[in-house]
Order: sequence, then structure tokens, then C-alpha cells
Amino acid sequence: MWFFEDIEVGQRREVGSFTFTAEAIKAFAGQFDPQRFHMSEEEGRNSLFGGLAASGWHVGSVCMKLLIADAQQQMKEAAARGETVAVWGPSPGFRELRWLKPVLAGDTVSFASEIVAKRSSESRPNWGILQAQQKGTNQHGEPVYSVLSTAFVPRRDTSS
Amino acid sequence: MRANRIEIAGKCGHNLASRTAIPRTTLQQYCMTTLTFEDFPIGRFGSFGPHHVSREDILAFASEFDPQPMHLDDEAARQSMLKGLSGSGWHLCSIMMRMLCDGFITRTASLGSPGVDEVRWLAPMRPGDDLTLDVDVVEARVSKSRPETGIVTFKSTARNAAGQALCEMTSPIIVGRRASAEGAR
Repeated sequence: MWFFEDIEVGQRREVGSFTFTAEAIKAFAGQFDPQRFHMSEEEGRNSLFGGLAASGWHVGSVCMKLLIADAQQQMKEAAARGETVAVWGPSPGFRELRWLKPVLAGDTVSFASEIVAKRSSESRPNWGILQAQQKGTNQHGEPVYSVLSTAFVPRRDTSS
Repeated sequence: MRANRIEIAGKCGHNLASRTAIPRTTLQQYCMTTLTFEDFPIGRFGSFGPHHVSREDILAFASEFDPQPMHLDDEAARQSMLKGLSGSGWHLCSIMMRMLCDGFITRTASLGSPGVDEVRWLAPMRPGDDLTLDVDVVEARVSKSRPETGIVTFKSTARNAAGQALCEMTSPIIVGRRASAEGAR
């Protein structure tokens, strides 16, 4: 399951949703992004965000969390069916990450991922490279997050 | 946090030299608290760190946000492409954000960021790494939609103690211009 050959451009999955509480927003910001509008309701209200806003890195990290949780659930089910499960490699990076709207305290963001391109790796013949677009949408149906990310995925014929 | 190498004081002194009417204490406060669009000319802005990354830090972030075996389990990590336990790339980016904040953003008239143009994860972040961050301004322009602000694009490179580049990030930040920052006082 989920070897390079199994994956087609256009495949899309809803990977889950997450509610950003004020506590979680402040905890992440306190550790990684202590700008005033991520740390205080009042400062957030007085900023361009119009309320206590999650750090963009918090939003991206939550998207990753949901992607991994969804993948691990599917892998568990595939393994239970007796399928060989591919172990994905690391990511060389991402581009065009957009924080389209603020994610404010209390917002629930639903994330989806769609495969947009695939190619073989020139330097690593056992691996293919997938590009996917992840998007986050808030409870009002407004897009809040988008990114084009890349990952190494093992090829089936050389994986054993 | 830790000692940051940056020439903010020199920049502020230069930029504030002509404004003698403002009381010295206010000047000092302004200098210490607020960098504006004008303080970010193209070129090397500064180098920051070191920021120590412990094994516990790596495991804690990965457990919450990126629980892949290569970030959590030594044996699985040894067999992975990265050949040993490594931190999540999102963790590294978040640490870079923290280093930018500690370095200068929390004393900059930052209004937030529309996104990140590109992130390249070049080499794994390992337990025990002491990270430094080299920051260059690659573009600075006045915003068309909000002329009281500018958009400063930074290229930040995180390196380990050996100087190996682990991550390159190109990201814009919206920064207030001096006139608007002064008007707010």
C-alpha cells in the first residue's frame, strides 16, 4: 500500500480537522513564535488579525499532525489486511505556503491533501518524489492555509 | 535567551542620528523596541543563536505533531534515509521562527506574514545540535495595498555547529514603516 506506483495524480483525501483553542495557540506561540498577537487576546484584537491568532507554524504543524495520523490509521488497516505497507521517506521541503486568513482562537480547520505531481528521483533510483497540495478550510468554509509539499516515497519494485 | 550577535544598536544609532527633538529615554526605548521597514536594507541582516536542541525537544515535538518512526525511534531512524534519529522539519522551521523572534522580530514592527515562499530541508537536525541562523534580506518593498507597511523577504539558513546548512527558508514579513510606527506613539 502507498508505494510510488500506487499513487495517482488527482488523488485527494480529507485528513481531519482540529480546533485551535486559546490555550493551544498560546502554548505553541510561547515556545516557538512569541509575537504579541499570538500570545494575548487584546494584542490580537488590536492587530491585523482581529483576534488571538495561531502562529502560522502552529497551523502547518497541525496539518502535518493530521496527515500523519490519517496515514498511520490507513497503514494499520492495510497491515491488518495483510498488505505490504510502504514506509515513506523524508521531505526535501515545500513551497508556496500561504496563510490565507488568520486562524483565530476557537476556529476549527479541516485539512485535505491532493497529489499534484509525481516523478522518479534521479539521485535515488529506489525512490519516487511526490508533490501534494495541502489545504486548510475553517468552519465558515473559508480557505485559511495552502502549501505545496514534497516527499520521497519508495518504489514497489525495489522495496523488498 | 542566549547571546545574539547582531548590530541592531549600530543600525539604530545611525538611523536615529538626525532626530534630536525626541527625549533620549524615548529614543532608547524606541531603539530597543521597534525596528521598522527602513531598518532592513538588502544584504546580511545578522546571525543568531546558538539554540540548543535536545533529544527530549525532538521527541516532544515529534510526539505531538509528526510521530513518524524516523523522528521517534532510534532503530527505525537508523534504517531510514536519514540514518539516525532526526527532528521533524516542522520542528526545525518552528525553532527558526523562535530564533528570528529572539533575534529581532519581537522588537520589530511586525504585522505578521502572508506565507513562506520556499523551505528546503537540506540535512537532518540531530539531537544535541547547536543551531545558528544566518539571516539575509533578499527583497524589501513598500506594500501597494497598505502603503504604511512594507514587505521584507528574508532568507534564513539554519546551520549546525559544524556549519552544515540544515534548512533554508525564504519568507516575507509585513513590517510597519517608520512614519506609521512613530505616529502610533
